[in-house]
Amino acid sequence: MHELTIAQQLQGLAQKDYSSEELTLHYLARIERLDARYNSYITVEPERAIDAARAADRARADGSAGALAGIPIAHKDIFCTDGVKTSCGSKMLNNFIAPYDATVVTRLAEAGAVCLGKTNMDEFAMGSSNETSFYGPVLNPWATDSVPGGSSGGSAAAVAAHLCAAATGTDTGGSIRQPAALCGITGLKPTYGRVSRYGMIAFASSLDQGGPMTRTAEDAALLLNAMAGLDARDSTSLDTPVPDYTATLGAGIEGLRIGLPKQYFGAGLDPEIERAVQAAIAELEKLGATVKEIELPHTELAVPCYYVIAPAEASANLSRFDGVRYGYRCEDPKDLFDLYTRTRAEGFGEEVKRRILVGTYALSAGYYDAYYRKAQQVRRLIKQDFVDAFAGVDVIAGPTTPNPAFKLGAISDPVAMYLEDIYTIAVNLAGLPAISLPAGFAAHKPIGLQLIGNYFAEAQLLNIGHRFQQATDWHQRTAAGIE
Amino acid sequence: MTWETVIGLEIHTQLATRSKIFSGASTAFGAEPNTQASAVDLALPGTLPVLNEQALRYAIMFGLAIDAPINPLSVFERKNYFYPDLPKGYQTTQLAEPIVGAGHVEFALADGTVKTVRIHHAHLEEDAGKSLHEDFHGSSGIDLNRAGTPLIEIVTEPDMRSAEEAVAFAKKLHAIVTSLGICDGDMSQGSMRFDVNVSVRRKGEEKFGTRTETKNLNSFRFMEEAIKQEVQRQIDVIEDGGVVVQETRLYDGDRKIARSMRSKEEANDYRYFPCPDLLPVAVSAEYVAQIRATLPELPDARRARLVEQYGLGEYDATLLSGDAATTRYFEHCAGACGDAKLSANWLLGEISARLNSEGLDIRRCPVSADRLAGLIARIKDNTISSKQAKQVFEAIWNGEGDADTIINARGLKQVSDSGAIEAIVADIVAANPEQVEQYRAADDNKRKKLLGFFVGQIMKASKGQANPGLVNEILLSKLNG
Repeated sequence: MHELTIAQQLQGLAQKDYSSEELTLHYLARIERLDARYNSYITVEPERAIDAARAADRARADGSAGALAGIPIAHKDIFCTDGVKTSCGSKMLNNFIAPYDATVVTRLAEAGAVCLGKTNMDEFAMGSSNETSFYGPVLNPWATDSVPGGSSGGSAAAVAAHLCAAATGTDTGGSIRQPAALCGITGLKPTYGRVSRYGMIAFASSLDQGGPMTRTAEDAALLLNAMAGLDARDSTSLDTPVPDYTATLGAGIEGLRIGLPKQYFGAGLDPEIERAVQAAIAELEKLGATVKEIELPHTELAVPCYYVIAPAEASANLSRFDGVRYGYRCEDPKDLFDLYTRTRAEGFGEEVKRRILVGTYALSAGYYDAYYRKAQQVRRLIKQDFVDAFAGVDVIAGPTTPNPAFKLGAISDPVAMYLEDIYTIAVNLAGLPAISLPAGFAAHKPIGLQLIGNYFAEAQLLNIGHRFQQATDWHQRTAAGIE
Repeated sequence: MTWETVIGLEIHTQLATRSKIFSGASTAFGAEPNTQASAVDLALPGTLPVLNEQALRYAIMFGLAIDAPINPLSVFERKNYFYPDLPKGYQTTQLAEPIVGAGHVEFALADGTVKTVRIHHAHLEEDAGKSLHEDFHGSSGIDLNRAGTPLIEIVTEPDMRSAEEAVAFAKKLHAIVTSLGICDGDMSQGSMRFDVNVSVRRKGEEKFGTRTETKNLNSFRFMEEAIKQEVQRQIDVIEDGGVVVQETRLYDGDRKIARSMRSKEEANDYRYFPCPDLLPVAVSAEYVAQIRATLPELPDARRARLVEQYGLGEYDATLLSGDAATTRYFEHCAGACGDAKLSANWLLGEISARLNSEGLDIRRCPVSADRLAGLIARIKDNTISSKQAKQVFEAIWNGEGDADTIINARGLKQVSDSGAIEAIVADIVAANPEQVEQYRAADDNKRKKLLGFFVGQIMKASKGQANPGLVNEILLSKLNG
């Protein structure tokens, strides 16, 4: 059953080939048997999952089933789940049981999806390798000596190892697309404001966006249908109508104009990845798309711009973790200052502390103009690059990452690690939607094709992905040992 | 050496919205600690703010009342600092783009001079919670009920030149926000809190002296005392050859002492930046026009109306229009008893004296406007004398019921039956022939004294219930006749 896509499982459930309870027990057994190898889950909730599966089976029997009734999924541990530990990959929240559900969690539950548990992640979503998690690194199912990418590495590995039918992820600078690419799955980062951020623990509020991580574009469309839409509790969520993302799947892409940014194919790109991405683009041309080279002139400013804005926002977002109301508190604080400093020194990991310091510095008196304000100006230039590009093309294509999954511990220099997100970060700065699709291998590890769409072009991206997946089988490949 | 005082104020005004500025939790005062704090107010991970439109409307109403431009695109920012009663580790406030721009407030000083204070701007922000330092055995408690209560912070230019001016301005501001109905004005519960910036300079000097800020003064009296004390302290420092240090100070109103809280060197770098969870607040001209059209009556207009409609003098009208609740009380009472003059006299006399001595606000007055009207009605129809009325008022104040109930219960009805009074007067006159003789022989001055003697005897005989007017009239006719 686990080798099936969500679309296929929905059919199986509808035809009573199996019940959701059976499907859920099957995944729980797989997690039990295999996840010691990957460490993709922080928390597994068998009892809750089985209860939800039974409820979905009852709903199916009485005809009140939602669109995802009985499908076992996992949530990145950044989404608050009522009554279940929500750690955000941090010691700081190791004891935190959220008293409410994130909007994404509520909406997927209302559609009938069954939550198996919470997936591992870089601490507070700060990382590109899943090595910053308090719960230990996640290992890539394709090569367990390598990282799965991050920060949604647990979700990507769990989907790739078939330890859930799909998972939620969040993407601040590539945290859905990069691990999706490195684990050989499909990951969609929607337009900023498309999916509610309520209950999603904030890293960088102006960049964070939740999205689906699935085996196929079709499955991503099914999940996005449930996740997307205005939420009165998130002032930045948008009122643009939500289409049925599955309705346009399969439409022809003849005449689709694809732009290839010169800056995404330059120095630093692994040659095997370049060949695979070029081959994938040739596949799209065979389907009727036309290709032209474009310029995104401010590409090289994206990483430095991001590493001012994201840490600046994070430095304020993470101030609430002070040991006063919830979460970790140091032992025997002498006074208030001691409570703050030791709680935060002991509760946060290295990378989180580094970003809080960087962000605090960038906002400090005397530095604000040189860093934060300048970065905001650069951000507008980067956004304008895309606006200009979309005047001449429908989508932008390129590699998701410059390299395939690297070995655990291989990158110790933070800046080298930040550069792994060079092709994904600009998309967040511009607030655009983008999808990563499995598109081949480099060094025997999966790599991704990234398609960037215009604002609210999720349906188009999903359709192109679906057409691509009808023409290729990269998304059907599975790692050895997955069975 | 003559000195000039320069004062600027920052006023935190709690907006009387039912729910908080960024969450749906109630803002009611006095609930059990932490029972009115939602997930958003507790800053639980993942929670997000949503602006309460009522708070925005109230801020705009204030802006219109002080003739200030309304910013079509105001921006919330994060002010970062750590404190246990600040759950997010930052306060959501406005800095570079406040909702209300520059305006002005006119007010009258005691000698009738009209003065204007310029308002630099007013911005929307959230209140913090409260730290409770008692009853926790060496630890502190945190009550987050107040966290997220909407405030407008009103910032003046340094336009005031004495404590009296500052207080007169503050009272006018209080009148404006209560008239608008955007603040309950209850200062004892922190609804308006004043930070005063004070500096002194030698008369004729143009450069401002170094200022200090005394924070969180929550009564007009404390404000006046704190300013006077601080002005004197600064003058003493300078005259002793010292320099005033820029610092934040706290004034303890009960002990009447101030102390330094922190100097400028210890001041925080708040690292303000636009809050990415809240979009810039767009306000259209139509929206502002619609609010302007429904703006309630402001104090100056109200004073003019009280003079016009009730025939009150300027002085009484000014006192009665100073605060919307006082005007409401007056109008209700005058309407119910039909006597504006008596209503004004009682409200500005007995009621306001009692409120002052007990430190109460008109909203908490134990005598309702209806009950005062009931009392005035019994004075007007001569049921009770004004002397008896004081007794009845006292009883109403003490919660013994309305005027009629008390008059009946105590048998206080004034005797206005002239036959009955004539009989008493006749008895007394007959019983005191000697005094009658003296009276008839005496001059005006002496007659007054003797008249007092007779009235006293008559009132005694009537157990205080005889209508004094009638007694006088009948007595005089008997003595003179």
